[in-house]
Amino acid sequence: MYMKKITGAVVAATLMSTAAHATTEIEWWHAMGGTLGEKVNEIAADFNASQSDYEIKPVYKGTYAETMTSAIAAFRAKQQPAIVQVFEVGTATMMGAKKAIYPVHQLMADTKENFNPNRYLSAVTGYYTSNEGKMLSMPFNSSTPVLYYNKDMFANAGIKSAPKTWKEMGEVSQKLLDAGAHCGFTTTWQSWTQIENFGARNNIAMADNNNGFGGLNTHFTFNKPAFVNHIRTMSDWSKSGIYKYGGRQSTGMPLFYTQQCAITMGSSAGLAGIKANMKDINVGVAQLPYDDSLVKKPQNTIIGGASLWVLRGHSSAQYKGVAKFFSYLSSAAVQADWHQFTGYLPITQDAYQLTKKQGFYQQNPGTDVAVKQMTSVTPTVSSKGIRFGNFLQTRDIINEQLEGVWAGKISAQDALDNAVKQGNEELRRFQRTQK
Amino acid sequence: MSSHVGFKNKWLPIALISPQLLITLVFFIWPAGQAIIQSTQLEDAFGLSTEFVGLENFISLFNDSNYLSSFFTTLQFSLTVAILALVSALMLSAFAEHITRGSTFYRTFLIWPYAVAPVVAGALWLFLFDPTIGVIGELLALVGVDWNPVLNGNHAMWMVVITSTWKQISYNFLFFLAALQSVPKALHEAAAIDGSGPIKRFLTISFPLISPTSFFLLVVNFVYAFFDTFAVIHAMTQGGPSNSTSTLVYKVYNDGFIGLNLGSSAAQSVILMALVALLTVVQFKYVEKKVAY
Repeated sequence: MYMKKITGAVVAATLMSTAAHATTEIEWWHAMGGTLGEKVNEIAADFNASQSDYEIKPVYKGTYAETMTSAIAAFRAKQQPAIVQVFEVGTATMMGAKKAIYPVHQLMADTKENFNPNRYLSAVTGYYTSNEGKMLSMPFNSSTPVLYYNKDMFANAGIKSAPKTWKEMGEVSQKLLDAGAHCGFTTTWQSWTQIENFGARNNIAMADNNNGFGGLNTHFTFNKPAFVNHIRTMSDWSKSGIYKYGGRQSTGMPLFYTQQCAITMGSSAGLAGIKANMKDINVGVAQLPYDDSLVKKPQNTIIGGASLWVLRGHSSAQYKGVAKFFSYLSSAAVQADWHQFTGYLPITQDAYQLTKKQGFYQQNPGTDVAVKQMTSVTPTVSSKGIRFGNFLQTRDIINEQLEGVWAGKISAQDALDNAVKQGNEELRRFQRTQK
Repeated sequence: MSSHVGFKNKWLPIALISPQLLITLVFFIWPAGQAIIQSTQLEDAFGLSTEFVGLENFISLFNDSNYLSSFFTTLQFSLTVAILALVSALMLSAFAEHITRGSTFYRTFLIWPYAVAPVVAGALWLFLFDPTIGVIGELLALVGVDWNPVLNGNHAMWMVVITSTWKQISYNFLFFLAALQSVPKALHEAAAIDGSGPIKRFLTISFPLISPTSFFLLVVNFVYAFFDTFAVIHAMTQGGPSNSTSTLVYKVYNDGFIGLNLGSSAAQSVILMALVALLTVVQFKYVEKKVAY
């Protein structure tokens, strides 16, 4: 009886003593699943272990769309996290919610944290800065679309190198089909790879007003002949078996993993998944093809991926922790490790130089394709990025119309006309809600 | 003897039904009221700016060809699911009623699918139907069908119909079985003596006598197909390809939570509410007359 009381008292004292040391908890909502999610947890754990004032709690919320809508719903219920990872197409919506977001440049200034925006790659920050050049969100995982190809299947068909232009894509795919492949190529995130980046790579704007950077009175122009011809060609290829549609977002990847298709186009961060799913198969990485009837030298591609936004409504102690965490995330060591593990671009010059110095690119051929594709040319007004309100919905509209084209139900011109018309309605609706 | 129950105390009946009234108020009237208010507004995703626009959301919906085609899609989907689920369950319960050996085994396994959560059922059947790695997908390819639910709207529709039906058959089966067992055996024996075969006996005796259950299940199945199939569609096709499986309830979710167009989404749910109320009134007024109690 006496022992029970002693045990009880000891347990109570232990429990109370751990509760007494309070670290400031900061919630971070993200959309990194699978191996990427494990890496995120590792980064957070390392930061938490490196100091004892703040604790970052990463919470996986599902897809990019689900994470963004959860954060918005949470904001409306006053339960928002301090940090949320929002994909690049949500930028305009986040930027417009001036009362909800805490711009990163202001956060760093208010918390007196050391912050130099010039350390970051300009192709990346350009997307996330305001028209006055102030950084609004913290770049974290920026990808860019690249071409992945099955070297074994290429060797089998006697093809020496990856196709550089869309004309070569057709020829190479036909050779692959003749050698027994089920399809030549597939793609993922079709709006991002076949419309947005088709425009950027070939230096054609997809909307007026500098692709939306100039203001809210933007109109889409991706139903111009250059885009229509490209979609029409892909539609013909869909009928002949050169191109096979695999689904929205990245559901088309199994077609590449199972070697049904020899080529796919997707995020540079897809490399981790490819390595895991195609262990004994030789996969190569190449730059995204361009249309040599439109440009002699291709432009850079637009970044994808996401950035970290800070939401208002938290204590200043938490914001100090957020600022410290952001500095930690941008350190060369952390960024270099994240870049090497995932295939996302190194967002700072320091991280890129460190990776080069470590000999990573020599030991892993193909991993610098994305970086080179982004940095080898100066971005033009048509290739530095896009900024459209409600673009998540417009991407779905584009998906719906393109699916109609691949199924042979609608012509390329009609599909793009419909998408432009409905997309413009989304832009006008966004314009009206921005007061 | 009076069949009308009266309460002597004036406040007792109110006190007794007030918990239920409170629940209806909080979980139905209040959200419905908010939906009606939101349907007349145009606001940004974060709720930081709202503008009263009257009936504009409703008018733009009726001018939207995507919305009008989702009506047709929903009708197509609901009718197929309801008919398939009812007919299959009726046949299965008619057979199960006659089986004596292993009847518990059959009945248990026929009831199991109902316990599976809709999302799990969706993920399960999606895997089976996958054109690249699914078992059923491969079988279909062997038979010569170019199975591609990612591109072919009809294939996608069949996929969600089969999954939704599979889940609902168990529920219908339970009710039909109980109803069939409540038909007096004496009627069947009398008819059998007169020379009536099993199918004729079923059609002329059992079927009319289980009509209250059939009617009830018809209503339940329709409501199920209208609303509870959201999870299946979300897990399997997300309304695609090209909106071919975008039912009314899925569009409410898609426009509201993905497109962040809350005014339009609220307008759609108001319309859906009115539609279901209308359907229920019609069903009770006209179909109930044919039901023999």
